[in-house]
Amino acid sequence: MTVLDQEHLTSLIGEIEDYARAYGLDFFPVIFEMLDYEGINMVASYGGFPTRYPHWRFGMQYEYMQKSYGYGLHKIYEMVINNNPCYAYLLNSNQIVDQKLVIAHVYAHCDFFKNNAYFKNTNRRMMDEMANHGNRVADYMSTYGRDLVEDFIDVCSSLENLIDPNALFEPTERREDRAPDDAPPPRDVARLKSKSYMDPFINPPAYLEQQRKAQEEAHARQQFPSRPAKDVLRFLIEYAPLPNWKRDILSMIREEGYYFAPQAQTKIMNEGWASYWHEKIMTEKALRASELVDFADHHSSTLAVHPGQLNPYKLGYELFHDIERRWNTGCFGKDYDECDDIARKAAWKRDAGEGREKIFQVRAIYNDMTFVDEFLTEEFCRQHKLFTYSLNERNGRYEIADRDFRAVKEKLLFQLTNLGHPYVTVVDANFDNRGELYLKHRFDGVELRTDYAKATMEALYRVWTRPVHVQTVSSEAAVVLTYDGTTHRERALSAAEAA
Amino acid sequence: MVQRIERDLNRFRHVVRGLVKKELRKFMVTGELVGRQGREMVSIPIRQIEIPTFRHETRRFGGVGQGDGEPGTPIGRAETDGKGPAGDSPGEHMVEVEVALDELARIMAEELELPNIRPKSKDAIEAEHGRFTGIHKNGPESLRHFRRTFREALKRQIASGAYDFAHPVIVPIKDDKRYRARRTIQAPETNAVILYLMDVSGSMGDEQKDVVRNESFWINTWLRHQYKGVVTRFIVHDAEAREVDEHTFFHTRESGGTRISSAYQLAADLIETECPPSEFNLYLFHFSDGDNWGGGDTQVCVKLLAERLLPAANLFCYGQVASPYGSGAFINDLSSAFKSVDNVVLAEIGSREEIYDSIKKFLGKGR
Repeated sequence: MTVLDQEHLTSLIGEIEDYARAYGLDFFPVIFEMLDYEGINMVASYGGFPTRYPHWRFGMQYEYMQKSYGYGLHKIYEMVINNNPCYAYLLNSNQIVDQKLVIAHVYAHCDFFKNNAYFKNTNRRMMDEMANHGNRVADYMSTYGRDLVEDFIDVCSSLENLIDPNALFEPTERREDRAPDDAPPPRDVARLKSKSYMDPFINPPAYLEQQRKAQEEAHARQQFPSRPAKDVLRFLIEYAPLPNWKRDILSMIREEGYYFAPQAQTKIMNEGWASYWHEKIMTEKALRASELVDFADHHSSTLAVHPGQLNPYKLGYELFHDIERRWNTGCFGKDYDECDDIARKAAWKRDAGEGREKIFQVRAIYNDMTFVDEFLTEEFCRQHKLFTYSLNERNGRYEIADRDFRAVKEKLLFQLTNLGHPYVTVVDANFDNRGELYLKHRFDGVELRTDYAKATMEALYRVWTRPVHVQTVSSEAAVVLTYDGTTHRERALSAAEAA
Repeated sequence: MVQRIERDLNRFRHVVRGLVKKELRKFMVTGELVGRQGREMVSIPIRQIEIPTFRHETRRFGGVGQGDGEPGTPIGRAETDGKGPAGDSPGEHMVEVEVALDELARIMAEELELPNIRPKSKDAIEAEHGRFTGIHKNGPESLRHFRRTFREALKRQIASGAYDFAHPVIVPIKDDKRYRARRTIQAPETNAVILYLMDVSGSMGDEQKDVVRNESFWINTWLRHQYKGVVTRFIVHDAEAREVDEHTFFHTRESGGTRISSAYQLAADLIETECPPSEFNLYLFHFSDGDNWGGGDTQVCVKLLAERLLPAANLFCYGQVASPYGSGAFINDLSSAFKSVDNVVLAEIGSREEIYDSIKKFLGKGR
């Protein structure tokens, strides 16, 4: 095993960068850093960054990683940060062939960061921003006390997934979300148009009274927020009674949540894209004959399939290959889609040659959800032996449930919806006219874990400082969970209330 | 670079410490930690700490996989690996965290409110330590203090006008030389011997031994924290006493009667020949079901304790473990004989639940 010296590494990086550019990959400048395993585990515990705000959970991550590295259970070859310039960390004990593969992999990731639409609004100076967050939190700690601040970060971390990943494309502020004025209901009632002598007949007092009542009721019913707020964190930042330092910490957590959201949204694509390109660059350009076996070993372990879990590297890689093949051979478009003859479809051949162009387009405008929805075909599902599994209650084992294409796709898409998190919105911030917070979990067939939900509600209470309600489904019946600061309650909802 | 993570790692350890403290009573009662200790660390199983968020109950939901097999084929437990939205495996994850034994002792002290052990009076036990902190004019070349020697030579050359600023060469002569010298420091002795005595007569079953084993783990942890060098010795007895190694101590199974005086006799001899109280802090822990042979043996025990053992020991603790055959009268005899003696602690351990309190009682003396 040979470990690289600096000079050799620099020349390798230059070489692979040239190959990548020649293939049309387009990336920010990349700064490579070599780290030992402790360093790379540290960066990985900080979510890829060299500096984060101080918090024990990073230490916990680090402890677990160190341990599992020590036992030989896992090894991180590289980390890449979506930043301009991109930072990439390499493990210094990698063999030369591993380094080459990893460098090629990194360039493809960087291309993805730069060109995929979902990363368009991410902060490309996040390195600095994270360091600033670190300083601000450290400042708060020295002002208000470490335990107090750390405790509040715990609370915020509980709420960190209550954001709206799709808000990445929305303008930052919507007018109608502002709080309504406390103005009393208008006293005048709209009258029907009439001549003055006809008025008592066209607008009789009984009618006016009825109108006035309706108007008052409408005013009383007027809800805030006027429509459900998906970005719960923003809602809390704007309307929860927090001192400024807490508000600031909450908004840092939210900002970091939005920064990481696109990476979670494009995991399959991003890893698939990088695997596609490291293979291409290595096998067509950078690989020496003597390195072939080591490369094959590493590459195949990256794409290895374990039953019971989906390897995002493998799925993305195969989908990109499938897309390239289909668009090269013309297996797309109206004629192909409408063809019912399996034999003809399998032997479909039209010299289209648009494969490469197509995958570049796909990497620019899709995310995992739309990617799987659009390109996971029935043929692909069969060829790659995808299945759904579920728990067999009788023997407590997970068993293969179904190989039906629709079932597989439905389950996969469910897992990708809202990053796999429950879809929770703020429905009413003045519930029962008592300033209580009412959230609604949109039930998509999977219930919430109640123990976690209760603990999360306690965190919400700490922020909102008034009782918190969550409407959800438990044991197949609509319920409202309530936490009032001391006790948890659960109340069944009638069908009318649930609607 | 790694220092930054150290800060967070320490905070994590702090969190773990809080958890261990909260669960200490449980650990003491169940004896979960026994046998998990290494030389300096003990690995403690705790529930994996997770930050709660709203999440799906995916246990029954399952997920999507890839590979061969018919519907109904088991796929093994699907573990999440943090790579994307795979299934969440059921049950609670236990993880092991390493905690230094010293740290565990500190946690224990906080939770049980244990006082630190007061050293024996200064003149009772003293050891001489040497440290090379002095300076002498004579000594071996290997201990020459270069800087002091150089300074002396420089002083002499400047004073005698032999120092040439343009050509600063310093040549020390014999009188300039300085040597590091040993200085003797009187320090209180920090060695301790823990002597475990256990009744292995027929009435002491596995459950009782387990209790003893558990007690000894926590006692060792505490005393190792308080003293630098701790030696443990083990004596078992039924009608006869003999010294055994640790493994035998906890696993041997004798039968027959109980003559406690035999063990006290052996302990007294052992102390006299191998660990004189002038050099060691002595701790005696005796566990029995208290069913001593009649016929005046208890009188012999009391005599041995009063004359030979108690004067030598820092602390004598007697734990009476309840056995299915009932609990004997020995503890009552001892308590009436040594009512006001300061270094005798007696505790009845009726069930596992009482381990916690007995340890608190034993070690709460601060001796």
